[in-house]
Amino acid sequence: MLALFLRDIRLNIRAGGGALTGVIFFLAVIATIPFGVGPDLKLLARIGPAILWIGALLSCLLGLDRLFQADREDGSLDLLVLGNDRHMLALTVLTKCLAHWAGSVLPLVVAAPLLGLFMNMEPISIGATALTLLVGTPAITFIGAAGAAVAVALPRGGLLISVLVLPLTIPVLIFGVSASYGATANPDPFLQPFLILAALTLFLAVLGPVSAALALRHGTD
Amino acid sequence: MRLIAENLGGERGGDTVFSGIGFALEDGQALVVTGPNGAGKSTLLRVIAGLLPVAEGSVRIEGVVKIEDVVEIEDGGEAFPSIAAACHYLGHQNAMKPALGVAENLRFWRDFNGDGHAGVEEALETVGLGGIGHLPFGYLSTGQRRRAAIAKLLVSHRPLWLLDEPTAGLDKASERRFAQLMGKHCREGGIIVAATHLPLGLDEAKELRMGQ
Repeated sequence: MLALFLRDIRLNIRAGGGALTGVIFFLAVIATIPFGVGPDLKLLARIGPAILWIGALLSCLLGLDRLFQADREDGSLDLLVLGNDRHMLALTVLTKCLAHWAGSVLPLVVAAPLLGLFMNMEPISIGATALTLLVGTPAITFIGAAGAAVAVALPRGGLLISVLVLPLTIPVLIFGVSASYGATANPDPFLQPFLILAALTLFLAVLGPVSAALALRHGTD
Repeated sequence: MRLIAENLGGERGGDTVFSGIGFALEDGQALVVTGPNGAGKSTLLRVIAGLLPVAEGSVRIEGVVKIEDVVEIEDGGEAFPSIAAACHYLGHQNAMKPALGVAENLRFWRDFNGDGHAGVEEALETVGLGGIGHLPFGYLSTGQRRRAAIAKLLVSHRPLWLLDEPTAGLDKASERRFAQLMGKHCREGGIIVAATHLPLGLDEAKELRMGQ
């Protein structure tokens, strides 16, 4: 399993891996917002956490279609599926998700505080948003894995995956953003939505890989 | 170990591709599957491997593997729970990443598949690719890629080899070397099922003609 994790990380970092694509897209989205909204610093600071979350969500979806498709094209996926008796397929999928998250999504979380400055956010708000992104984005990857597994055989499945996955990520978005706001707006709680966000991630860490494994198992042809 | 298929049928997208296939292979035996394009050779291999569902009949392995030093066997229990666990599947694609080095690719499959057999360098030497393990897989020619994929069969031990057009793209010398490798695998008690158009150089192989 460690071997698979390291292989996927290496592939992500090396040429054509697309680790930076997500970050650049994230940067482009966030940098555009102030131009569109106008120079109202208070407004920017207020919508900052939500915009960061939406930007991160969309950037997460960007690379998901390659999660299994690259392995399918070169035949590796068959061998990963055949290895089911040694490494349960759901665990293989979980490992691939974690590698994808560490390679493509973690850079987004790291970039988020810097992009928060673009939105004139306070330090505590930036910290809270980065923390919720750290805890919440794995959930998006796990849901995305199920979508990617369903669409693995489609040559242009990228958009379909986004459309399939986006409605399912809404709860993650809601609790992520409300926890981020809870850190600054006084009457709102931070801990409760944050814990629900963590629970969502843990729940989807099971449900996502299991359903993705099921889809892959029946999608081989 | 025995690989037994009884009245086996397979389908693709709802259409029956073949039906009524039956064979039984003992330790050390090889089966060469021949037939025209579209006869269902690849489908047969994928059905045997378990990548496609069995449409009718059955295919199974029985008994235990005889090579004691490789696989530990408890009290006559089966060493492998399914055909998928007992087989190497070499499909049309080589299952190697172009961006990674040849040795890196092999090391990954060795770690992932377990049951380490030959070392990575040793396996590359055996297929005649010694000394180029550091090159990215994407730099290799078609024949070299195929040889690297064959080296993948050697780094982990599996008693059953399912080979789909294994010699496609190989030159004469590599074909001979591969024939020797398959002969060695059979002498050690392995089973081979190969779908091919080209003669593989297996002496005592059974033949299954499909599509007639």
